[in-house]
Amino acid sequence: MGPQSLSRRKREETRTAHDEGVTAPPSAAAPPRGDRPVVDPAPAGSTARRLDPRRLAALGFLLPLLAYLVAFYAYPLWRNIDMSLHDYNLAAFVQGNAQFVALDNFRAVLSDPTFRPALVNTVLFTVGSIAVQFTLGLALAVFFRRTFPLSAPLRAMFLVPWLLPLIVSGSTWSWMLNSDNGVVNSAMQAVGLDGVNWLTSPGTALLSVTIANIWLGVPFNLVILFAGLQNIPDELYEAAELDGASSWQQFRSITFPLLKPVSAITLLLGLIYTLKVVDIIWIMTRGGPGDSSTTFATWSYREAFGTGLPEFSPAAAVGNLLILVALVAGFVYIRLQRRREHA
Amino acid sequence: MGVLLVAVMLFPVYWMFNVSLTQTSDLRSDPPRLVPFGGTLDGYRAVLDQQLPALGTSLLIGFGTVLVTLAIAAPAGYALGKLRPRGSEALNFLLLVAQMIPAVVMAMGFYAVYLNLGLLNSVWGLILADSTIAVPFGVLLFTTFVRGIPDDLLKAAQIDGAGTVRTFVSIVLPLSRNSLLTVSLFAFLWAWSDFIFASTLNRTGDLIPITLSIYAFIGNNTTQWNAIMATAVVASIPAAVLLVVAQRHISAGVTAGAVKD
Repeated sequence: MGPQSLSRRKREETRTAHDEGVTAPPSAAAPPRGDRPVVDPAPAGSTARRLDPRRLAALGFLLPLLAYLVAFYAYPLWRNIDMSLHDYNLAAFVQGNAQFVALDNFRAVLSDPTFRPALVNTVLFTVGSIAVQFTLGLALAVFFRRTFPLSAPLRAMFLVPWLLPLIVSGSTWSWMLNSDNGVVNSAMQAVGLDGVNWLTSPGTALLSVTIANIWLGVPFNLVILFAGLQNIPDELYEAAELDGASSWQQFRSITFPLLKPVSAITLLLGLIYTLKVVDIIWIMTRGGPGDSSTTFATWSYREAFGTGLPEFSPAAAVGNLLILVALVAGFVYIRLQRRREHA
Repeated sequence: MGVLLVAVMLFPVYWMFNVSLTQTSDLRSDPPRLVPFGGTLDGYRAVLDQQLPALGTSLLIGFGTVLVTLAIAAPAGYALGKLRPRGSEALNFLLLVAQMIPAVVMAMGFYAVYLNLGLLNSVWGLILADSTIAVPFGVLLFTTFVRGIPDDLLKAAQIDGAGTVRTFVSIVLPLSRNSLLTVSLFAFLWAWSDFIFASTLNRTGDLIPITLSIYAFIGNNTTQWNAIMATAVVASIPAAVLLVVAQRHISAGVTAGAVKD
């Protein structure tokens, strides 16, 4: 890469950064960064500040958000916990006389015949999706690191799967994987393989939804890892090239170690988002056949909304287990993020 | 090479197009038709005949969600970015965690609350629920942007006698045009694409959004996959617009917000 294209890229980068107030370090959800310390030093003269009209104004500007968080996050979540501790059905909902059963719902969930397959499927789906998404995302990010004609628009095209409504991707994949008329099976038959009942046989349903989910997740990994690559100084690669390092050696001794913090964050966010996935599985297989593609999230959805007979209490119990996992992952994420900023 | 990779990646999208233009009688031909020569617009005619109300509902929900999101997120971003009252850090943390809560859990909570409030099956209920996808993202994005506005600019306004509200309206908001746009685009796209809230909070409503309409279409075990795919193509238009109009903002949004359900 010539010095000219290099400086052009840098310029583009700063422009984006300026326009958006988002600089290149790929920090999910833009936590405090750069010019300010993460934790405010104790404000001097805090009694004086309490009376400051600016503080009052700040509260005024925050009030809608605070009210909103209480009404639309805290309260629904509270109702969710409440449901998991009571025995709710539709009638009890309306009359408001659900019986308090303490942890019975959790016990019932743990001994439910769906629990084991759901656990196994969740692990397979999550680990499979993340591993492949990340690998493909990283490979593509490295590929796009060298700018070439049309590289920017081509890279942008990779965002398409991420932007499409899930119902669109889900129904398209369903039709492509259709046993009798799907393009995948006919391609396999064309090269002499037998067709597979992708979505309707218990052995491949989970694999099918995992493939679709990988397709959905590659763009996210690509974008974050690509942004991470932009932060590795080009000089390192130039020096390595002068020393005669092969591309693989460059990847192993420059890209991989320097990308580690960003990779950790990408993987963790991948974990959090994959655990939540309901739509794509529900649209393609409804978790079936049987429980063969049921994960915790789809199980929870099915109990509450998927059948004619809503079972909110066990659904809420499963949901709360999910929240617990997400919270732990969230704390780890924030830890990682802080460490990166202090480094 | 790059072109080839894109072609592989986008094959499903091409296939959606292709099927949407295929004659019903050719849908089950073996081998399938790879190019829609001698195709038909019947699928799109079906969209015009049947899906316009659903598309309208989705537009309404999308715009409503954008308004709610901006109304909550913009002032909050200003407060957290510049005025920085105590507790800002804790609030930032809460917003981060809020993005990690599974949608199905939120849907159940909303269902319980809405059942008692009588908000089930209403467009307004759905707008409020959909806005929860975008509000934390919006606040965090605004906060980061507002923090980058030079203090001198705001001080100058203060010296000229502008209060906090004046400063917000006439300085911060105009400067934040790009951030406002990014947040609006994402809020619209997420509301437009939402399936979980729609399928739980609006199951029997009269006004169903396009996502549910497609879902009902598939569930009918229909043979008209060309019509389904045509609807899917139409439902992808906002994503396409977003890609063309605001490509730069998308990458910024992904790296800044890193959220999608």
